[in-house]
Amino acid sequence: MTAVQSLSGIVSSLAAHPFLANAVFAGTAVALAAGVTGYFLVLRGQVFTGDALGHVAFTGAAAALAIGLDLRVGLFVATIGAGVLIGLLGSKGRSDDVVIGNVLAWVLGLGVFFLTLYITSLSAGNGTAGVTVLFGSIFGLSQGQAWTAAAVGGGVVIAMLLIARPLLFATVDETVAASLGVPVRMLGVVFLALVGVATAEATQAVGALLLLGLLAAPAGAAQRLTARPYVGLALSGALAVFAMWAGLALSYAVPVLPPSFSIIAVAAAVYAVAFVVTAARRTEAAASPGRARSEGE
Amino acid sequence: MTNLLQTLTQMLAYPFMVNALEAGTIVAIVSGLIGWFMVLRRQSFAGHALAVVGFPGAAGATLLGVGAAYGYFTFCLAAALVIALLPRAGGSGRTDESAVTGTVQALALACGFLFVSLYHGFLNGIDALLFGSFVGISQGQVTALLVVGACVLVTLALIGRPLLFSSVDPEVAAAGNVPVRALSFVFLLLLGAAVAEASQITGTLLVFALLVAPAAIAQTVTSRPSVGLLLSPIIALIVTWGGLTLAYFWPYPIGFFVTSLAFGGYVAARVAAGLVRRRSKSAW
Repeated sequence: MTAVQSLSGIVSSLAAHPFLANAVFAGTAVALAAGVTGYFLVLRGQVFTGDALGHVAFTGAAAALAIGLDLRVGLFVATIGAGVLIGLLGSKGRSDDVVIGNVLAWVLGLGVFFLTLYITSLSAGNGTAGVTVLFGSIFGLSQGQAWTAAAVGGGVVIAMLLIARPLLFATVDETVAASLGVPVRMLGVVFLALVGVATAEATQAVGALLLLGLLAAPAGAAQRLTARPYVGLALSGALAVFAMWAGLALSYAVPVLPPSFSIIAVAAAVYAVAFVVTAARRTEAAASPGRARSEGE
Repeated sequence: MTNLLQTLTQMLAYPFMVNALEAGTIVAIVSGLIGWFMVLRRQSFAGHALAVVGFPGAAGATLLGVGAAYGYFTFCLAAALVIALLPRAGGSGRTDESAVTGTVQALALACGFLFVSLYHGFLNGIDALLFGSFVGISQGQVTALLVVGACVLVTLALIGRPLLFSSVDPEVAAAGNVPVRALSFVFLLLLGAAVAEASQITGTLLVFALLVAPAAIAQTVTSRPSVGLLLSPIIALIVTWGGLTLAYFWPYPIGFFVTSLAFGGYVAARVAAGLVRRRSKSAW
């Protein structure tokens, strides 16, 4: 009875506050896309590529604002471009962390430059644009933006499902997949382009700096909970959507909490629970004799 | 020439500029030296994680009404302790390590954002925390930077030789009774302090400009430790002074200038090293 009551309460508050309905609508699609692409990112050991795309998203958005374009144009051009570029450079030019660190720091520095250009060139400009791009503003989405976000997020999920099978094969055993005629390299590029699209959408919801949490946390949790890839993929998407809904509800109930914080906090909490649960299971398994593994380092 | 001298004296007539240059000098020397060891030990991502954790620290300290500097030092040192203690406790080093890192990083930034939004009217300050600022540095802050920096450098001087040994070849060092574990523990603490110092000039997101780039340039140019340890802080000083001067004359944030100078220097060093290598190859 209470469940029905609270459900009808949610529905009526959604109807009463269009901004909330927009956020839930767009957020669900964004979270689903992030959960599905994030699962493969974690599986392929490319989490830091997601981080890099977040940085690029900030700079792209700031550059678009500086030259007077729509913020989203810059977001999509920058993240898809960077995704394809990283995919093409790929494993051949496996650059070390020093190179990545230098490039990322400069990309952010450039973003700050564009942002200042934007704020100073438009005297009546939006001084908080930088904060919006970095930390998102899901409650600020208009209905049109929400529809776009939902359409793009849905498109990413469908595309991911279409390539899921060969991509999984290529991820688990690249050489065998390549010898059987799976276009491994092509798949990697397409995948990173899709991650770019998901990143650009997620930037508008939780921001360029925090989207890494939405990519990594549900996927990491799903991967700890199950070793079966398709179950894990579905679980990752479901956990991301749960984090989104719970985060939005939390911020709606406690208005001092910014929604991006709540979403990431819930996602991190989900991961922490998964971590503790599986760790307990593992120590149980290790306690049974013959499995004592003690690596010093 | 006299014109240049004039503008320089004009710049130094402002106390805030003098403070900024003093603070920048201290920070550059500390990050240049610690960064050299960090790059040698391949701990750049530890440095990045420490910097990210510094952001909620600084934002939280501002929210509580104490100086951001305390927040940086407390959180960076605490995070260094956690990182130093973690590998022994954990043990299950699987691929999910990167997922953990990514999640913790996002959570730390989210917490920082929460603190900032709880502290109303601080939304412009968030840019300074993330991307650096040089206008608000007080005399007291310079003294604090100096004291911490001096402690870091004295410790580094004391452990320098064995640390170098254990960074280059940990196994041989351990066989030769060098306390490798203890050294890496102390070094992480030093790194935490250095990151906290650098964050106050370059901001949380851009510490790499002072920690990684000068050290990476030095190690591209020379493999000799004595020369590299001299070169790295000098490059950091040039980057910092150059960034401060440019930011004084142009209305763009210091983070942009510092990262651009550092990145430009790194690219130039790599290109030059590549040319030298090709020439020596063709000479053979």
